[in-house]
Amino acid sequence: MLTQIAYALPFLAQGFALTLWVSLLVVVFSLIAGVIMGVGLVYGPMPLQWAVRIFSDTIRGIPILVLIFFVYYGLPAVGLHLPSFWAAVLALTLFKTAQVVEYLRGAVGSIPKGQSEAAMAIGLTFRQRLTYVIFPQAFRRFLPPWINGVTDAVKGSALVSLLGITDLMQAINQVIGRTYEAMPLYLLGALIYFAVNYALSQASRRLERRFSFIRD
Amino acid sequence: MSTGSNDTPALLDIRDVSKAFGTVQVLRSVSLQVTRGEVVTVIGPSGSGKTTLLRCVNFLESYDSGSIRIDGKEVGFREAGARQRRSERDLAAMRAETGMVFQSFNLFPHLTAAGNIMLGLTKVRGKSSAEARTIAEHWLGRVGLAHKADSLPAELSGGQQQRVGIARAVAMGPKILLLDEITSALDPELVGEVLEVVRSLAEDGMTMVMVTHEMAFARDASSRIVFMADGGVSAAGPPAEILAADTDNERLRTFLARFRASHF
Repeated sequence: MLTQIAYALPFLAQGFALTLWVSLLVVVFSLIAGVIMGVGLVYGPMPLQWAVRIFSDTIRGIPILVLIFFVYYGLPAVGLHLPSFWAAVLALTLFKTAQVVEYLRGAVGSIPKGQSEAAMAIGLTFRQRLTYVIFPQAFRRFLPPWINGVTDAVKGSALVSLLGITDLMQAINQVIGRTYEAMPLYLLGALIYFAVNYALSQASRRLERRFSFIRD
Repeated sequence: MSTGSNDTPALLDIRDVSKAFGTVQVLRSVSLQVTRGEVVTVIGPSGSGKTTLLRCVNFLESYDSGSIRIDGKEVGFREAGARQRRSERDLAAMRAETGMVFQSFNLFPHLTAAGNIMLGLTKVRGKSSAEARTIAEHWLGRVGLAHKADSLPAELSGGQQQRVGIARAVAMGPKILLLDEITSALDPELVGEVLEVVRSLAEDGMTMVMVTHEMAFARDASSRIVFMADGGVSAAGPPAEILAADTDNERLRTFLARFRASHF
């Protein structure tokens, strides 16, 4: 059994690399899009707020699997043919973006209005207020749910195997297909996912401590 | 500089400012002129519009009609006729000309006392951080907190926080200082240290408009007291005249009587 696993390891490593690559793309894209849309939701003009609200509520109301199939099998109907890899990344990014929007709204919304007013009163522009006053304070509240979301992204990336993409999950399935040794390989897979996410949540804990400056 | 005004040039010139929150008229055609070096105290029952008026002066609050000028320049709106809001950048620059101190201090909790003061100096005034630090230390010294420069707000008492708040506002070199009930959130024994700082700024000739319930302080430190009621200026004049127990102004008399009853 161990020899079988050893034999499968390079193949699994490739799958694992792809899992990390998908996760990284999704995390980075959703962070950028989510923060921008979140700022729009909190500070934007009414129509923009509505647009973001509708986006976020719609996406969060759809099971992620449906979203993945919709992007891959549904969008070609309107002329958008994405390769399976990018379809998966797009679907996961949309899903994650909607969550980041909510984390940002919650984090920024927890900062008292007086902070913005004090920043205005000394003549800071909107961008400066966000950069030097609001975001540094919101960061501490944004971080825990966001890291949580990152671990979700890593786990959720296993769904891309359903589009035939050879990520860690798919690699495991393929090895099992050849060896008929399901249990040890699923255990191994679980262990790898766990290791990544455990490392992430430890890093998160350390970061939270670092940014937990005292406040009233 | 000032357009159309033939009075003595007022540093702060509020004319016919009206504002409604929904159906509630909070300001009714308020006019108030403040000349350089004057300390004007605004008193009045809660809901009379004092704080709203103050917040209109640095455009934290917009208003529906009228005009507010500082040194001849319209604060929140572009000059030419139409009531078009200034751009974000313009507004920020205008706001930097007024200092504001808040009832709830509103210090930035992630920055030290010195850091709170330095933020505007570096980002708005374009000072180097060494210059800003020197200025911050100077003003912290003025408010008696030289030794607290590197303390976070949460490590300071309320009175100390508010003194940092004042230092943060005056360090920017504002033309006018707005004080919005700055001692209302303080324990009684901490009020004195904050008012002492205000008094020393007044002696230096800082132009100030303050909203306060500290009548004794208002009497001693103000050049003029404005009594607001129902969103309008009901009476204005030298402290001795406004705070006289036998004033003809019925509402003012009621306000003062009620005030004395509750505070002594």
